[in-house]
Amino acid sequence: MSNAPVDNGRRRFLTIATSVVGGVGVVGAAVPFIASWNPSAKARAAGADVEADISKIEPGQMLRVEWRSKPVWIVRRTPETLKSLADHEDKLRDPESLQPQQPVFAQNRYRSLKEEYMVVLGICTHLGCSPQHLKDGAFAEQVEGVPDGFFCPCHGSKFDMAGRVFESVPAPLNLVVPPHYYVDDNTILIGSSEGAA
Amino acid sequence: MSNKLLDWIEYRIPMMRVAKMHAAEYPAPKNMNFWYVFGFLATIVLINQIVTGIWLTMSFEPSAERAFASVEYIMREVEYGYILRYMHSTGASAFFIVVYLHMFRGMIYGSYQKPRELLWVFGMFIYLALMAEAFMGYVLPWGQMSYWGAQVIVSLFSAIPVIGEDLVIWIQGDYVISGATLNRFFALHVIALPLVIVILVFLHIVALHEVGSNNPDGVEVKRKKGSLKEEEKTKWKMHEYYTNKYDIVDDVVPFFPHIVLKDLVAFTIFLLGFAYVLFFNPEMGGYFLEHPNFEQANPLKTPQHIFPVWYFTPFYAILKAVPDKLGGVIAMFSAIIMLVLLPWIDRGRVKSWRYRSGIHRYNLLVFAAVFIFLGYLGGTPQEPWKITASQICTFLYFGFFALLWLYSKNEKTKPLPERISK
Repeated sequence: MSNAPVDNGRRRFLTIATSVVGGVGVVGAAVPFIASWNPSAKARAAGADVEADISKIEPGQMLRVEWRSKPVWIVRRTPETLKSLADHEDKLRDPESLQPQQPVFAQNRYRSLKEEYMVVLGICTHLGCSPQHLKDGAFAEQVEGVPDGFFCPCHGSKFDMAGRVFESVPAPLNLVVPPHYYVDDNTILIGSSEGAA
Repeated sequence: MSNKLLDWIEYRIPMMRVAKMHAAEYPAPKNMNFWYVFGFLATIVLINQIVTGIWLTMSFEPSAERAFASVEYIMREVEYGYILRYMHSTGASAFFIVVYLHMFRGMIYGSYQKPRELLWVFGMFIYLALMAEAFMGYVLPWGQMSYWGAQVIVSLFSAIPVIGEDLVIWIQGDYVISGATLNRFFALHVIALPLVIVILVFLHIVALHEVGSNNPDGVEVKRKKGSLKEEEKTKWKMHEYYTNKYDIVDDVVPFFPHIVLKDLVAFTIFLLGFAYVLFFNPEMGGYFLEHPNFEQANPLKTPQHIFPVWYFTPFYAILKAVPDKLGGVIAMFSAIIMLVLLPWIDRGRVKSWRYRSGIHRYNLLVFAAVFIFLGYLGGTPQEPWKITASQICTFLYFGFFALLWLYSKNEKTKPLPERISK
């Protein structure tokens, strides 16, 4: 040991400086380990937003699009259908879409951005089956006085033309409205809300 | 010759010293009863899980496409593969049986109290790591219950405000539970968590031997140096590490061979039960291996009822008892955190329920009954009355800790004997 006097201030500075530099190094080295848990480029590509051309859907027709390996339904609703949505709200579990099954912009009677087009995930909120689209009066067998709707063949859950669930069926919640926005009048982008992308 | 070899080794690494200190000359209370075998059994099961696990990885393929088929391959085509797999799956349930009994032992005899708080906390960390290990292991066969169980458990994290959704995607490595999730769970299940568990078990035992084993009377066998008369001290030769610091009462025996032999008797009985399940009832009626898991994972088809395996069902019942999603998740995790905090919730000085108040004994028994009943409620199909029952049981579960905190401060206890009773 030398007999040089100990400079405690300098020693403390060096200890702190070394710790800080070391700490920064640890944080930096942690980045690849943490970031590698994020979806890979392949998974991101498979889960990317999809565009749907809606110019060819006739009123009353449905277009199915696949997004993140789930079916997305785009239905062009007729004015009569839109009008009838108000008529059976007493039979619905969540007519005002209070449960967070949709982006904020779709928290309305039509559960959509534009009244005419409904965009929902075609997966029953009960156990994940895909419901059937019953139209032109075929749905009235299921719910009296409601001509069109969705009926799940697995356990009999019923949804109206805004994807709202009827009462006394197994499904607890309305169908999910995925984030989406209109790129232009004829194109819907599914996967992001406007501004978020 | 052999002595010379031993000396040569001992000079370079303290093998005999450690063996003496922790086995042949470790002072164990002579009144340890059958409740004290479960730590030993847990160690045996841990070894079983590690060995069979290594052998299973030799034939298992951790990919969404191949996992289910490779388990079938192990079951049907690998020689003795079905034995190895059933040893592993039965071992998982056996692990929780012995760990729950081990924990309850700690509760009734106050083994978590001062100075054994850290010992208990390490034990709880082992329990937490074990739950993560068991959950991820259950995902690997990629059956229906693997997939949907993972879906339910991972989506618990989505209840966390703000970061929840992104956290779920980060954990899954995809926008849904997928092959990426399976692969990382495999890595964690076979490398990361076993390492963590083995290290924690090591620390658990180091902490145990530092403070010394508790016993059914909760009377300490290590006394202040110089406080005992010569005839009160143990006649056994105990390691100087202990005798230099303490006087040890004549109520102890060396851990080896006395306690080890007792543990081996318990091991034999345990093996009878284990072998029965292994050879005659490996699915245990759907409790050890759930029936939907014999169908390959299908993201588009949810099983009618989703239950975790039996050892998680008490906490699952608490999760479902709270109507709010985030509230349920908080309640479930709090249920475990309460157990971790037990050493500080119990303000009593007397350890064993033998010398504590009637209300304490009653409280412990109600807690055990509530825990088992919660397990039933969380593991059977949903019915309306079960929601109410789960809520009452959740209240009683937390009530145990609240009551304990209240009465333990000024509890009316029986006088503790000076020495372990005959």
